Amino acid sequence: MNKDLNLHLEPAERKRGFALPGRRATEKVQLFLLGLPILLLVFIFQYVPLLGWILAFYNYKPGIPLAKTPFVGLKFFRLLFESGGTDLINSIVNTLAFFGLNLLTSPLPVIFAILMFEVSSTRFRRFVQTIITLPHFVSWVIVFSLAFTIFSNDGLLNQILLRMNLIQEPTNLLGNSDAVWVFQTCVALWKGLGWGTIIYLAAIVGIDQELYDAAAVDGAGRFRKIMHVTVPGVAPTYVVLLILGISNILSVGMEQYLVFYNGLVADKITVLDLYLYRTGVLGIDYSYATALGMSKSLIGIVLLFLANGLAKKVRGQGIV
Amino acid sequence: MREGRKALTAGKKTAVSDIAFQTVNYTLLILLMAACIYPFYYIFIYSISDSKMAMTGITLIPKGFTLVSYSKVFVIEGIGNGALISVARTVLGTALTVFVCSLFAYLMTLQQFPLRKVFYRYLIITLYFNAGLIPWYIWMRQLHLNNNFLLYILPGAVNAFYIILMKTYFEQLPKSLEESAKIDGAGYFTIYWKIIIPTSTSIIATIAVFTAVDQWNSWFDNYILVSDKKLNTLQYLLYNYITSASALSRQSGMEINRGGANAVYMTPDTVRMTITMVITFPILCVYPFLQKYFVKGIMLGAIKG
Repeated sequence: MNKDLNLHLEPAERKRGFALPGRRATEKVQLFLLGLPILLLVFIFQYVPLLGWILAFYNYKPGIPLAKTPFVGLKFFRLLFESGGTDLINSIVNTLAFFGLNLLTSPLPVIFAILMFEVSSTRFRRFVQTIITLPHFVSWVIVFSLAFTIFSNDGLLNQILLRMNLIQEPTNLLGNSDAVWVFQTCVALWKGLGWGTIIYLAAIVGIDQELYDAAAVDGAGRFRKIMHVTVPGVAPTYVVLLILGISNILSVGMEQYLVFYNGLVADKITVLDLYLYRTGVLGIDYSYATALGMSKSLIGIVLLFLANGLAKKVRGQGIV
Repeated sequence: MREGRKALTAGKKTAVSDIAFQTVNYTLLILLMAACIYPFYYIFIYSISDSKMAMTGITLIPKGFTLVSYSKVFVIEGIGNGALISVARTVLGTALTVFVCSLFAYLMTLQQFPLRKVFYRYLIITLYFNAGLIPWYIWMRQLHLNNNFLLYILPGAVNAFYIILMKTYFEQLPKSLEESAKIDGAGYFTIYWKIIIPTSTSIIATIAVFTAVDQWNSWFDNYILVSDKKLNTLQYLLYNYITSASALSRQSGMEINRGGANAVYMTPDTVRMTITMVITFPILCVYPFLQKYFVKGIMLGAIKG
């Protein structure tokens, strides 16, 4: 009986034993085939464009195949660093200005997160959060449309000021090149402030409640609790984000400045990315713009790793 | 005794300063909320006001309530089609992104996937490395994706950030379901489709809504690579409408005017406000539901660059 059973089982057992490696192999192939189209998508849309960096070393003109294009080596890089035109320098100045101004306003989300935390009603806090994050979710085109509605020549602000006889002539804030740095910083703040509070609010909520209790026992009032518990509690988050933000010093975003771009403010609003777009795509100066973009990317990556090292030291854990 | 009194006065002092603090606090928060919401509100009341009466100036209350601008705005050349394209890119783009990212995230949780770690790295690197605008622009043209609807949905389909989010989620799912399905002879795709997706609806929904918002808001690809008018999105049309000479806007206003005996005149301002509202409305409906995922999303965003 026992033997019989064994005999009976044997073929199946054997089959499984021998077939397993084979089945595993086909399984692996199947799995790989399932993932292959996605890997190819990544390759085509993320990796192949990197090959385009070659263009920076050729004097590439669209329509002429690369084989017939003269190789110019580092000419365009030299052009960038030695004789960087006034337009380039101007766009770098603008980029740094916007970066600096955004840096100056960066404590505001922290302050508002603290204020929101001090609201005792969780419901009201959530309500505030929902309302103030709305601007984050609309496109720059919508932001532009709103700004146009309020700040343009026939905009709401001018209407009100004229009606109140505070001004005699409408002023167009969108075409005021002296105001554009501050104005754009305010627009960016309007769009990003609410969203910015979220991470700090999360950090504050994560602070150990016992610290507050201990502070209360020591006789600390609201302000002292804020200064000695909340602020030190969010500081690491703020510092880490600040440090990591350094790598974006040359990329302050482009869509915002692109939608608000107009001839009157061109020289103050053209940031590096916008300059790159205008010379590359509109000016069809592909090689020069690629060299510029490549330099920018490399500087960004170096800064990111430096910043990451620094962040590691600050909170004992890196980001990359 | 003396100490007790001291504590008492201190308590009173805090109570007073507390009220002062909260007053200032609530005022600031309410002002901030007003600043965030009022521009949208103003545009809304303008769009539902009578076009001519609105020109005389409104601030808080609509004048001459009418919804005619909403029924007429789609008559303007390109707007109806633009809405169609925007909806198409949002629906198809979201479906594709969610499918591709969740499938890849699932595959990356499987130890059996050949060279799993290598391929995962291969993906994550794309978060830090970017070829830049010009090489991307030239490459898209070489692929003939300019003036092609696929430009809107294909290049962004694989999103490393979403894959990280979903992979983390899938890894927390109990393995037992998967294993029992395996024993029943289910293939990997079946497991993904019949088990992983249905048990992960919350993360799938989150990613779907984030993607949909992104797609709905996109216009830059349209702006730099598409010249075919049939492929213009609403966002781009609005941008164009605002920036192009007001002559064009007036023309659109006239076109509606010529539209028949019972035609209505809409000022360019009303047209602009109405399109703005049409674009904003879906966002308004959707984003509050994302609130509970804000923190998760932003934290991961911060951690993984």
